[in-house]
Amino acid sequence: MSSNRSLEPSALSLNDLPWQVKFSNDRCTLCGQCTAVCPVKAIELGVFRKRTLKPSIRRQADQGVAQDVFYGIRQKTDVAHACIGCAMCTLVCPNDAIHPEKNPGLDRMKFHINQQGVPRRRGGRRNAAGSILDRIKFTRISMLTDPALDAGRHEFEMRTLLGRVLSPRENMKRLKEKGWIPPVREIYPLIIGGMSFGALSPTMWEGLQMGVAYLNEEMGMPVRMCTGEGGCPPRLLRSRFLKYVILQIASGYFGWDEIIHAIPHMKEDPCAIEIKYGQGAKPGDGGLLMWHKVNKLIAAIRGVPAGVSLPSPPTHQTQYSIEESVAKMILSMSMAWGFRVPVYPKISASSTSLAVLNNLTRNDYASGLAIDGEDGGTGAAYTVSMDHMGHPIASCIRDNYLNLIKIGKQNEIPIFAGGGIGKNGNLAANAAALIMLGASGVQIGKYVMQAAAGCVGTEEDRCNVCNVGICPKGITSQDPRLYRRLDPEDVAERVVDLFVSFDTELKKIVAPLGRSTSLPIGMSDALGIDDVAAAQRLSIKYVV
Amino acid sequence: MCRLFALTSRDPVSPMLAIKALDVMKEGHDGSGMGLLLQDLGGPFEEMKEAPILSGIFSEEGIRRLDLFMMDLGFLTKYKISLKVPKKPVEGIPRRDLYLIRAYELPEDWDNLSKDDMAVRLSDIRLKIREMGEEKKDMMVFSFWPDTIMIKEIGDPLLLAGYLGLDRKELKARIIMAQGRQNTNYAIDLYACHPFFIKGYTTMTNGENTAFIPIRDFLTSRGIAAYTGYQSDSEVFAHILHYSLVELGLGIDGYKHVITPLQERDLAVHPNAGFLSHLKRTCRSLIIDGPNCVIGTLPDHSLFMVQDRKKLRPGVVGGKPGLYGFSSEICGLDAVIPDRDKSRDIQPMHLDTAIVGPDRQEVTICRQTEALNLPL
Ligand code: SF4
Ligand code: SF4
Repeated sequence: MSSNRSLEPSALSLNDLPWQVKFSNDRCTLCGQCTAVCPVKAIELGVFRKRTLKPSIRRQADQGVAQDVFYGIRQKTDVAHACIGCAMCTLVCPNDAIHPEKNPGLDRMKFHINQQGVPRRRGGRRNAAGSILDRIKFTRISMLTDPALDAGRHEFEMRTLLGRVLSPRENMKRLKEKGWIPPVREIYPLIIGGMSFGALSPTMWEGLQMGVAYLNEEMGMPVRMCTGEGGCPPRLLRSRFLKYVILQIASGYFGWDEIIHAIPHMKEDPCAIEIKYGQGAKPGDGGLLMWHKVNKLIAAIRGVPAGVSLPSPPTHQTQYSIEESVAKMILSMSMAWGFRVPVYPKISASSTSLAVLNNLTRNDYASGLAIDGEDGGTGAAYTVSMDHMGHPIASCIRDNYLNLIKIGKQNEIPIFAGGGIGKNGNLAANAAALIMLGASGVQIGKYVMQAAAGCVGTEEDRCNVCNVGICPKGITSQDPRLYRRLDPEDVAERVVDLFVSFDTELKKIVAPLGRSTSLPIGMSDALGIDDVAAAQRLSIKYVV
Repeated sequence: MCRLFALTSRDPVSPMLAIKALDVMKEGHDGSGMGLLLQDLGGPFEEMKEAPILSGIFSEEGIRRLDLFMMDLGFLTKYKISLKVPKKPVEGIPRRDLYLIRAYELPEDWDNLSKDDMAVRLSDIRLKIREMGEEKKDMMVFSFWPDTIMIKEIGDPLLLAGYLGLDRKELKARIIMAQGRQNTNYAIDLYACHPFFIKGYTTMTNGENTAFIPIRDFLTSRGIAAYTGYQSDSEVFAHILHYSLVELGLGIDGYKHVITPLQERDLAVHPNAGFLSHLKRTCRSLIIDGPNCVIGTLPDHSLFMVQDRKKLRPGVVGGKPGLYGFSSEICGLDAVIPDRDKSRDIQPMHLDTAIVGPDRQEVTICRQTEALNLPL
């Protein structure tokens, strides 16, 4: 652009971008790997002209100006091609010649990312690194009695219940009268939460399923995985592995035709049915699978035309109210499987979660409640929803649990917590804290993507292009050229690694607290935090 | 850790026997307090098995308030023992005005009450007195129940026994439970002294119950007025016992299935697997978690002992027909019943409940893997 032309408002310089590509010309061999791998085409081959003065103390003729041309990497500065910091270029560069750096100053691109009147949409995370869960400490250490527990040698029963547990007296009464007793599953307290079929790539999905099957059948850990919206591959529905799967039905009902048709052919009941009313990352908003990712396979399984965006409405449009939903959906889903399968709703954490819970406690068929906090991940959403809406999970779980205690129904309706567990890598500590605050178990999604598939997203707005099908790791893309990068066997292996090491860490937390035979649900006397207000809010100890 | 001693005897004996055992086991407790339960009483109380006995610690002012309160309710004193203490203070024992053991005549209008209604009323009265005393600490009641005396105080057991003059002929019982040490994990509080008593069910424990908070939360939310207090992490054991036997209708063989359910693989092959997995699920909040030995009594004067699977050093049960002792250490038992056949001592392991019934003739072991009496 020449200097005497007016500059457009959105003409950005490298300085204005959130991520800047640092490139070292003397190392580059011009192999082109980086430009080929860059998911957003942020870099291209650059031709640079260089004028060099050649002074000489000898003859006039020796002096002069040389015009040189050299080749290198140029970073684009337009909004559509701004670098996302994924560092795929670094990963593939044979000479360490290139890497992205976070702009330490204010990123001016924020003001221009609403091109064509569309505010920013992205996949990923809230991009706020703080976490109250990380600040909770376990303060009750059991040192008074018989030899303390040894996490490495002792036997532990780290199981939780998914399903409506009647009160002891009521259960006894129904046993006597041979009445109906709600189905309950005994599962591992760390669940792979719903990530939609269609949002995840086929290789990722397969990898997760294989990992879960291995954990169950070889490691004896009853780990469960939720499908997310979008249905379930027909072969899985008819396989014995279905018992490790929680089928999700969301407001778009995508894929449910297939599921319903498969019921007569199911060899096993699914572990449970999760009815999704909300996601913590975008409370009150529906799911959105953008057209980029709706290929033929996804379209077939979801029962829709290919290549169109698939927004789910924010609520189940067939239902008038949450009360009606609870009554009707839960009942009809229970009925579909002969009342043998637990059915529970999943909602976003919010100040109305309590109302939903109260509603559920009055319904024998409601098998639990999953609550997803503001740090939950999502396939696609508007930035404003992700960054500015939602409720933290810790206080929401606590409120709900304490409310259950008040009415004497704690653990009768198990509460499962999701959203930001392990977002800074402290998975076991975060999970244990939530369990001691009252959760019966926790759901993780993003953590699995990061640990099992190498998702490069971070809480610093890195990558987050999951929504547009260009996931550089092949995790959230339906483009075979991309998802071929991900080997399902590798994913499965990492899923197993992740769960087995989580198990060790969880034991390292509960053993010193003297717990081994029952999951320490609601053991709030073990918790402390160095913030008076937080301690008061969560009714735990204030420790400094 | 606490040291425990309990005995069940055909003939009434002095509590000093149990206190002697505690003293022998002294190395294992810090002497910070003692709790004592006497049941199936002998001596003057033999004649008044139906009369509720109030035991507690009162100030002068407290006793005046108590008298007014009881009179209002129509209770008349039938018999009392006032433990007068020496004028000279003893180091480590707090100064109190009056240790009261008083048997009452039931009010006339109670005549036609059922046993259950009576139980509720008696326990409500105890709670009321406790509440009245809360503010000024002038009334502390430990039990209000027929044929039952409870004494608790801070201090060394043997010193306390001398100080309170427990070696007297009016104080004799066929069931005696004693515990040395005050409290684990929580601040010193007189109510936290073991044993704990609720409507005829008593337990005392050593170990640490790390599941205290969830269990407390479960019990207090059952809507039963007497499920309250909880100054100690093991007070809940007594209430779980009451809940299992009274509210759920289980037998004593079921208690252990509530507090320490079988692990999955044992459960799967149990003759009552179906019932027990329901019990395990629904009573999950009552699972104790910690190395614990629980000794308890039932209203029919059975005495029992159970251990958690984590308890590496179990308690011991031994004796001879007519006299059996339950002790946390063998030396305690040796001190009290030296002439028993030691080869028949039983250290119940993690699956066992050792029971000596009201006839005091033998120790029965009920294994958790065996079929149980279903309340169905
Ligand atoms: S960091 Fe990622 S987006 Fe940025 S240039 Fe490298 S490959 Fe492209
Ligand atoms: S690596 Fe893939 S899944 Fe992870 S943030 Fe980037 S696009 Fe999303």
